[in-house]
Amino acid sequence: MNDNVNETITEETQATPETAATPETNQTQESVLIAGVMHEQDIQKVSAKQNVVKIISKVAVYAFLGFMALVVLFPFYWMLISSVKTLEEYNRQIPTLFPENIVWYNYVEAFKTANLGTLFGNTLYVGLVSTVLSLIITVLSAFAFARLEFKGRDALFGVLLATMMIPGELFTITNYQTVSIFGWLNTFTVLIVPFLVSVFYIYLLKQNFMQIPNELYLAAKIDGTTDIKYLWKVMIPLALPTIISITILKMMGAWNTYIWPRLVANDEAHRLITNGLRNAFTEASGDVNYPVQMAAVAIVSAPLFMVFLFLRKYIMKGVSRSGIKG
Amino acid sequence: MKEFLIKIKFDKWKGWLYLSPAIVLLLVFTGWPIVNTLRMAFLEDYSSLGELSGTVYSFGIGNFSKVLQYKKFLDTLTNTMLLCVLTVPLSTLLALVIAVCLNAIKPLQKFLQTIFFLPYVTNSIAIGMVFAAMFNIIGVHNAAGPETVGIINNILGLFGVEPINWINAGSDYWANIAVLVVYIVWDALPFKILILLGGLQSVNKQYYEAAKIDSTSKLRVFTRITVPLLSPMLAYVVITGFIGGFKEYSSIVGIFGEGMGPAGADGRLNTMVGFIYDALAEQHHGRASAAALILFGIIFIVTMINLYVSKKKTHY
Repeated sequence: MNDNVNETITEETQATPETAATPETNQTQESVLIAGVMHEQDIQKVSAKQNVVKIISKVAVYAFLGFMALVVLFPFYWMLISSVKTLEEYNRQIPTLFPENIVWYNYVEAFKTANLGTLFGNTLYVGLVSTVLSLIITVLSAFAFARLEFKGRDALFGVLLATMMIPGELFTITNYQTVSIFGWLNTFTVLIVPFLVSVFYIYLLKQNFMQIPNELYLAAKIDGTTDIKYLWKVMIPLALPTIISITILKMMGAWNTYIWPRLVANDEAHRLITNGLRNAFTEASGDVNYPVQMAAVAIVSAPLFMVFLFLRKYIMKGVSRSGIKG
Repeated sequence: MKEFLIKIKFDKWKGWLYLSPAIVLLLVFTGWPIVNTLRMAFLEDYSSLGELSGTVYSFGIGNFSKVLQYKKFLDTLTNTMLLCVLTVPLSTLLALVIAVCLNAIKPLQKFLQTIFFLPYVTNSIAIGMVFAAMFNIIGVHNAAGPETVGIINNILGLFGVEPINWINAGSDYWANIAVLVVYIVWDALPFKILILLGGLQSVNKQYYEAAKIDSTSKLRVFTRITVPLLSPMLAYVVITGFIGGFKEYSSIVGIFGEGMGPAGADGRLNTMVGFIYDALAEQHHGRASAAALILFGIIFIVTMINLYVSKKKTHY
């Protein structure tokens, strides 16, 4: 941001950034002095010097960002190249940064070892059903809070917001007992129902609904339009970006959830992808076949990356307002 | 017109009607747990299995005093605090520097921003396994081939560092912590960069132009303009960082598996959340509830301190 300003500065003040490196106390006096005695040539010299400083700092910034980007990307790179190496090549004392011969059988092996097909199916099912149901509940609740007048509305909303502060672990203990009593252990229901209501999503959508002018609603009322029709035709299309954000975060949640499924539905038929992945590659001792494991991790990560590539805008917008992973 | 009036009257109930699915679910899965956790925490040695078979528990604070004297709990508390204190400042500082740098460039800004966001869209367990692979020493148990020290040790070897046993059997506690810190910081960066860069981009450019005319040094611009103007966002990422840090669990499972420690030292890296789940698995519901309330108390206090400090320091 400093450099943009630099360009607009006039010749007189051009000498001043040069002193930027000196301690700030003498700075202004010094720069006035310098500017006073300075000749045309000196000014040119200074501005040349200043350009050099500018270029160096630009290079430094890019070098730093580039280095950090490499650090961020390296685990992904290592995952990908390890997944196409032979076990012999992976286990070499001096590792290869690029595989000598690329093999794909690790992926086949990973699919079989971790039973990824079933896991994908289960996760997709749980993710889709819980997203649809959760959206219906969220839209109805947000509509009630944003548009309808009733006694106790604001008090109720305040109470809901207050529950957001409580860590989820506090609920888990009792919820485990509740779902056991309901007889829901090892079913898909137990993975879907307890998390259908998210106060945060209601809050997010309510804020969005409130931006839509109330006159539209009153006009629709006088025309005799039903609430549901109004919601479907007006509110939902206008709040679509928020709804897409919620959908993605909810799907990502199903993909990444680990603790609750392990507790309540860790049987073969209902296991979700993260649990399946961790279970398949938890060896008590001995050497793990890392290329196969990395292939499994790559398969599990791929859908998330796809979603990210296509819907980056919605994810980043949703995340910047939530701060919650999944 | 009469019909319309009736409709408006009906509106009074409609709100509750639309909210009913949410309210029912919240009462069962949020309201009742709050009440029940308080109840279980204050019943001595409570276990729901015992209650179902007719045992009557007496009221008392025994669960709290027992948990607080329990070495296993204190160890998980130490681990959790340690990870918080090490990772939150480090990731915040690094995210701040990256955000400021990103904000200072034009070409490639969007591209680099996307790269820095990538770790967010990952599965913490899955990528934890990649980190485990990178830090792992292979062939220790395997007589067949020569020992492979893992890519991280190979890279460090270029700088003359002797191979370190990071996560395998017999590894040092501090080596384990170092790996966790690297992973958690890597995982926490995207969110913090996103928030801080968003904050930087909304800062009024006039402040910088004024500073430029006054020929203020870059460091001073950073400490006297950028940081104060960013303080609400900084407070936000620090608070969410601490909350996330106190709930740390799955990054450790990702790297070390459910043993929560290297082979032969199971549970050494367990966290408060892990302790709660262990107590739950052992049917010690009273103890688990007490631990959960302590966790909530800590999160509450840290949030309040942060809010108080940032209110005093926030220049808005």
